[in-house]
Amino acid sequence: MKAIINVSLKAGVLDSQGKAVHHALDSLHFSGVEDVRVGKQIVMQLSHTDEAKAREEVTQMCEDLLANTVIEDYEIELVK
Amino acid sequence: MKVTILQFPGTNCEYDTQHAFEKLGASTEILWHKSEDVPSDTDLLVVAGGFSYGDYLRSGAIAKFSPVMKAVSTYAAQGGKILGICNGFQVLTEAGLLPGALKRNEHLHFISKHHHLKVQNNDNDFLKELNSGDVVNIPIAHHDGNYYIDQDGLKDLKTNNQILLTYCDINGNELNPNGSVESIAGVCNKEKTVFGLMPHPERAMEAILGSDDGVKMLEGFLKA
Repeated sequence: MKAIINVSLKAGVLDSQGKAVHHALDSLHFSGVEDVRVGKQIVMQLSHTDEAKAREEVTQMCEDLLANTVIEDYEIELVK
Repeated sequence: MKVTILQFPGTNCEYDTQHAFEKLGASTEILWHKSEDVPSDTDLLVVAGGFSYGDYLRSGAIAKFSPVMKAVSTYAAQGGKILGICNGFQVLTEAGLLPGALKRNEHLHFISKHHHLKVQNNDNDFLKELNSGDVVNIPIAHHDGNYYIDQDGLKDLKTNNQILLTYCDINGNELNPNGSVESIAGVCNKEKTVFGLMPHPERAMEAILGSDDGVKMLEGFLKA
């Protein structure tokens, strides 16, 4: 099973990188961009076959290490 | 007075820190991150600046799982005094020993220069040799020094006098180099035993090198 984890800054926490990318897109004349958020994606291959167990373990990984929940949110997607 | 200085792979301010404290008369020991104990005669534990584990994922995120960090948590729980400088501050927030987090600087640049700081609270061991409102000149050198804390956390910091230092200009007027909430440069825990700051007092020990304002800061720990 594969786990795809998206980590991004919480809503309300200023995303300076997103702002810089937005600014760069503006200067390239991509005028339809309303907001840009930059995050990171972590992809891992798991030996688990039980989805609930896998989700529980990956959630713990996010809480302990992969995200800093003071400033970041995370989303977990499991793919068989 | 015994100062123990932590060393991770990538730490690069441990010898400056050692020099600074020895100049002030303390004895020092550099402690490699694989150690599972904090020396029992430690009066102050310093998490020195630099980098740790390449700062992969987030600054300080991997370092918090070093073998030595368990001992550091126990030492902190027993009321032991800790000072985290720069990367050390990042490690202490990641480890949950200090509130808040350090984000990428608002304008995304690495900043390396002297900056003025204003003393906000001196009712603690670190800054007791200074007065509230004093302005000191201390070097900063960081990429991830943008201090963030939510509104509830900020209220707690203020209620408990946990804000140590804020960035300012030479006259003490607020001047924010990196986007930190309320220009915060350093904080302590509620018990006033764990201290963290982005600026480097250990690099401000000689007037001939630009500033010796770090002396009064570090001296606070050495004077009863």
